[in-house]
Amino acid sequence: MAKKVLMKGNEAIGEAAIHAGCQCFFGYPITPQTEVAAYMSRRMPQVGRVFLQAESEVAAINMVYGASGAGVRVMTSSSSPGISLKSEGISYIAGAELPCVIINIVRGGPGLGGIQPAQSDYFQATKGGGHGDYRMVVYAPSSVQELVDLVQEAFDVADQYRNPVMVMGDGMLGQMMEPVEFKERQTTRNLPEKTWAANGLRGRQNHNVINSLFLKPEELEAHNRKLQAKYAEIEKNEVKYELYNFDGEVDLAIVSYGTLARICKNAIKMLEKEGIKVGLIRPITLWPYPKKAFDEVMDKVKVGFISIEMSEGQMVEDVKLSVNGRKPVFFYGRSGGMVPTPAEIAKKIKEIVGGAK
Amino acid sequence: MAIVFERPKALLDVPTHYCPGCTHGVIHRLVAEVIDELGILDKTVGVAPVGCSVLAYDYFACDMYEAAHGRAPAVATGIKRAVPDSIVFTYQGDGDLAAIGTAEIVHAAARGEKITTIFVNNAIYGMTGGQMAPTTLPGQVTETSPYGRDVNVAGHPIRVSEMIATLDGAVYVERVSVDSVPNIIKAKKAIKKAFELQMQGKGFTMIEVLSICPTNWGLSPNEAIKWLRDNMIPYYPLGVKKDITAGEVK
Repeated sequence: MAKKVLMKGNEAIGEAAIHAGCQCFFGYPITPQTEVAAYMSRRMPQVGRVFLQAESEVAAINMVYGASGAGVRVMTSSSSPGISLKSEGISYIAGAELPCVIINIVRGGPGLGGIQPAQSDYFQATKGGGHGDYRMVVYAPSSVQELVDLVQEAFDVADQYRNPVMVMGDGMLGQMMEPVEFKERQTTRNLPEKTWAANGLRGRQNHNVINSLFLKPEELEAHNRKLQAKYAEIEKNEVKYELYNFDGEVDLAIVSYGTLARICKNAIKMLEKEGIKVGLIRPITLWPYPKKAFDEVMDKVKVGFISIEMSEGQMVEDVKLSVNGRKPVFFYGRSGGMVPTPAEIAKKIKEIVGGAK
Repeated sequence: MAIVFERPKALLDVPTHYCPGCTHGVIHRLVAEVIDELGILDKTVGVAPVGCSVLAYDYFACDMYEAAHGRAPAVATGIKRAVPDSIVFTYQGDGDLAAIGTAEIVHAAARGEKITTIFVNNAIYGMTGGQMAPTTLPGQVTETSPYGRDVNVAGHPIRVSEMIATLDGAVYVERVSVDSVPNIIKAKKAIKKAFELQMQGKGFTMIEVLSICPTNWGLSPNEAIKWLRDNMIPYYPLGVKKDITAGEVK
């Protein structure tokens, strides 16, 4: 077993990427993810790989497009306003079917917003962000260890499906320190050769082209249908979630992700002592969304579901789609960098359950 | 019978979409001839972003990228850093390079990226139908400067080569023109030198090529050539703007 080391989330992201064979990192400073770039600037030259600080997030994501198209594993990281700038490039990357890993350590918005932890980029990450009919796998780890494991997994998933993968953490996850282990991992996935890479003919007969332009409507629609078929495959294979405290009936089911899900677990323990039983659905993939988790627990839930977010009601839309009218759906959220305490979550739940009882 | 003229291997045998009289064809050919002569087809990667040359990936025989508007130098940076032994060129118009892509070209040059940029300057946005570009001359009429470019409103044209030449990472910058046979020969020489310096790992190289747009200028090809000579060359003087190898013994 590998040794456990105490690491800050942002630095652990960098080390995990190196373990996963990331050859190039293109970054740009923005709070609260800057330590990812700082860590990579130290470590990448030590292992003979590429670190480059770009002139903007726009340039960084286009460097990712270039390096990924040339067939190497590549990552970039940023925080909310920076991800907005990268969104043009992410759309091109999805359109050209290039694999890459994008880190978003989310801060409060909109606009320049603030620099404290938030989850208000849920819509941006899961519903597009950039233009066009594309999807991106979005992981939402809740601990530094899970962050490390999912960053490594993200590279494999990106390569398997030739698709961008985002690992999204709130500012807390980037800034907190926890013991982590970098497991020696061997992928069980069947990763295809990158025969499409445009890195020079090197004896190949036909040239490779990295492109997202299809001027003929028939061709663009066919391309979009091909992408949709791929996304359907991802939805079938890649859903991840955790169910907590569903060993029997529950009064209410919380739906929450990331570090906030850990706070919710504390609230659940507090409520347990007062005789209120609450379960937790923790989506680990935000896209594809774990709809089947709701089917699994539906019969155990007495009052309904509550989406608890550090945003003003974003994931709750997917909760409603997943519940699909079978039970009431409630919402509780804080935003702007305000982090709910277990006590205030417990209070909200008592209001709902008490009112229903 | 000896073949004295044929299509360069670096160009595919396909019709292009360029307008009659457009000089993109000449410039494509010059780049392709240089790739052939240097024997680098096998490791060359080209990047053509949004603009008239956006479909260049259908015309060049080397590996190609289509890039977002203005972003070719960043994409080229990613390719070159990922595969250092590749030869990477960008092929960009003036709307692309000198407006939306200003940050990317300046910083690629400042970093001394070992890439070659072919900057085709025809003083107008061609693909979208003839709008004012950053390089549109004072007084020049376009779709979005219908009364002629008023520098008090729309500002002044940018002499990109002179600007890039001030950057330490740029090792060779020259402005050429394809308005005459002697100038086409000079243009090819400059493009070849730029690729050679890239192969030697010297740094960033850029060749600005003054080019015509008969369609959007509303002129015949011959009139357009004359317009380029009478109006563009005085504003954008031809010649070497930066050459770190100047004075080196060959």
